[in-house]
Amino acid sequence: MKSRYKRALIIIAALVVIGVAASLILNALNSNIALFVTPSEVAAGKAPKDQAFRIGGMVKDESVRRDGLTVHFVITDLVKDIPVAYTGILPDLFKEGKGAVIQGRMNANGEFIASEVLAKHDENYMPPEAKHALDQAQKNGSNK
Amino acid sequence: MIPEFAHYALILALCIALIQGVLPLIGAHQGRREWLILARPAAQTVFLLLATAFVILAWSFYINDFSVLYVAEHSNSQMPVMYRLGAVWGGHEGSLLLWVFLLSTWTILVAQLSKALDEFMVARVIGVLGLVMSGLLLFVITTSNPFERLLPAAQDGRSLNPLLQDPGLVFHPPMLYMGYVGFSVAFAFAIASLLSGRLDAAWARWSRPWTTAAWVFLTLGIALGSWWAYYELGWGGWWFWDPVENASFIPWLVGTALLHSLAVTEKRGGFKSWTVLLAITAFSLSLLGTFLVRSGVLTSVHAFATDPRRGIFILIFLVLVVGSSLILYAWRAPKSSLGGKFSLSSRETFILLGNVFLVVSAGSVLLGTLYPLLIDALHLGKISVGPPYFNSVFVPLMAPLLVLMGIGPWTNWKNSDLLGVIKRLWLAGLVAVLAGIGIPSMMGEFTWLAGLGFLLAFWVIASGCLQIARQAKAGKPTRSFIGMQLAHLGIAVFVIGVTMVGAYQEEKDVRMSAGDTVSVGGYQIQFQGVNVVPGPNYQAMRGTFLLNKNGTIQTMMYPEKRNYFSSTMPMTEAAIDVGLTRDIYVSLGEELPDKSWAVRVYYKPFVDWIWGGCLLMALGGVLAISDRRYRIKLKRQVA
Repeated sequence: MKSRYKRALIIIAALVVIGVAASLILNALNSNIALFVTPSEVAAGKAPKDQAFRIGGMVKDESVRRDGLTVHFVITDLVKDIPVAYTGILPDLFKEGKGAVIQGRMNANGEFIASEVLAKHDENYMPPEAKHALDQAQKNGSNK
Repeated sequence: MIPEFAHYALILALCIALIQGVLPLIGAHQGRREWLILARPAAQTVFLLLATAFVILAWSFYINDFSVLYVAEHSNSQMPVMYRLGAVWGGHEGSLLLWVFLLSTWTILVAQLSKALDEFMVARVIGVLGLVMSGLLLFVITTSNPFERLLPAAQDGRSLNPLLQDPGLVFHPPMLYMGYVGFSVAFAFAIASLLSGRLDAAWARWSRPWTTAAWVFLTLGIALGSWWAYYELGWGGWWFWDPVENASFIPWLVGTALLHSLAVTEKRGGFKSWTVLLAITAFSLSLLGTFLVRSGVLTSVHAFATDPRRGIFILIFLVLVVGSSLILYAWRAPKSSLGGKFSLSSRETFILLGNVFLVVSAGSVLLGTLYPLLIDALHLGKISVGPPYFNSVFVPLMAPLLVLMGIGPWTNWKNSDLLGVIKRLWLAGLVAVLAGIGIPSMMGEFTWLAGLGFLLAFWVIASGCLQIARQAKAGKPTRSFIGMQLAHLGIAVFVIGVTMVGAYQEEKDVRMSAGDTVSVGGYQIQFQGVNVVPGPNYQAMRGTFLLNKNGTIQTMMYPEKRNYFSSTMPMTEAAIDVGLTRDIYVSLGEELPDKSWAVRVYYKPFVDWIWGGCLLMALGGVLAISDRRYRIKLKRQVA
């Protein structure tokens, strides 16, 4: 085989791999991205309807209520509150008055059904998304 | 006084690293021997100074010198000595000191072990390492000085994050950093060869063992981290596609591609520019990893509160390193892209294809990791890319790679009879198909993914075994051959572990009162109660569980929930009953209002094979480095 064809073949093979990978990536990105939404945005109806999304904010003081393995609590940006239900074991750093990021979707009763409560390594660490939600709410509050 | 001495040593080290970085490079360029020979003593001095600083920091931890801010923030007098020493790299400043210390360790090793090499080459390699070192030392001194004082001294330290008070901390970061930093040697060799214009097979032979060594450390470091997350974080997973995990995995993928590409460059003189590009990329990605972890731009389990100035500094440094090396590359890289001639059915083709898969998958992981940052930077909103993305992209890219892995080692360089190879491999194919259908059926549930996993794993194993048998008949195989087979076998073992856990694990979160029993994977686990147990710097609630199988008692398990005195954060210590074919994993959640406990019980079949596979890969790497070929060549050059 002539070396010109050979090189062309190798390049085509590489392009095919990259093309397949690109389509896999686009497809996967499309269906697996979770949007971050603040509690105020959820209250304003800006949350995705049929897709899982993430809320960042603070776990409201004295809102945690247990019902067997299911935990009910409220996540807040100090302006709007969103009730949340999670079934399972919470990470060690989950605490009232601390920042948290949760992933899940809204049910028909306006309660957020969390599939995942994200844990952090460090007790002094505030998830940037939770901080963002609080800052955002504060800014909007002072504008009004 | 002593910490100031260490701080002074750091500054001195920076000055000498600058000499090490500048003079030998100019000397090599202008042919001035008197500047050239400065490389080794300069590198040795930097090493001694950094070793001094490092020992002093460890000493400050040992004697609980809480007038040092870093010590006061990461240790306290109640902590056991082992964790006080581990705390040296338990925070940002100390881990960077470890980074530069390991970089100088690699430098000194290169300086000592390449006496047989051309002195211009060695001077250039040490020079490039010196430049990298200068940049990082400047970073440490200006933004992250571990010897900053806290006056007046604290009464006692704040203690290390309880999660880090674990033997994992003592080993995981040094291993991982050895790997990260080790790619700087491959990078330095590549830059040195571009500078000298001597981009030949000898260059590839010199840098091959170094690259393999870095890769071995990185493999072990990642595996240790994964294992640590598994038993310490209390989540029972072994990989989360967390951005920081990805930051270490991307250089690993590119490093693996580099290993294979270097083989072609050494044996056939081909792929030169590609190999150089990979070496530059691998190290740049290691730096990028450091940036991602240390800048706090990522939401990750590894993200600690950080200072944004640091991120900007590393970003600028990264741009400088990548920019200047790519400019050099564009200017000096050899023009012929594929080098020596080879046919389509040759080992070169297979290695090239494998490289494409590795690099593309590294790119896809990189994309998934950086995508949220990009979207955020463009103010298009905040998003997260979760594990499903990585799984659905990564698995389809790895599957063809495993198919290639079964064929590639059978092919010859230059030209190979592909039909003959396929004929010899029919048995391996048969074994693979049988395993792919048989094992999932035996496990009781057939899924396509599980079938594919076993098919590919046994394909690689069977192909490897056939080849080892053939080689053994033909004479004593070389160590690098055995190393290669062992590393490939490690991949297969790893795939078996991943497939088994992915398809057949059982996870249960349950509510248990004393006396309750839960069953997973054919085992019965009885909860007997919780009592309070004191520890050295914490108090634990310890649960007692009885593990049964078909009525026979296997063992007792004691998961704990710890409260450290110096911290308000509770810590879950899982209890794991380790076995060759399965782990049983029990961890305590919280106490519920009715005095029962939330308990997490996992059955993880073959999970230890995941880390066993990594160990085999690393072992394979070690064997390959010890191959006689590298030593003989060195001796011949001496003579």
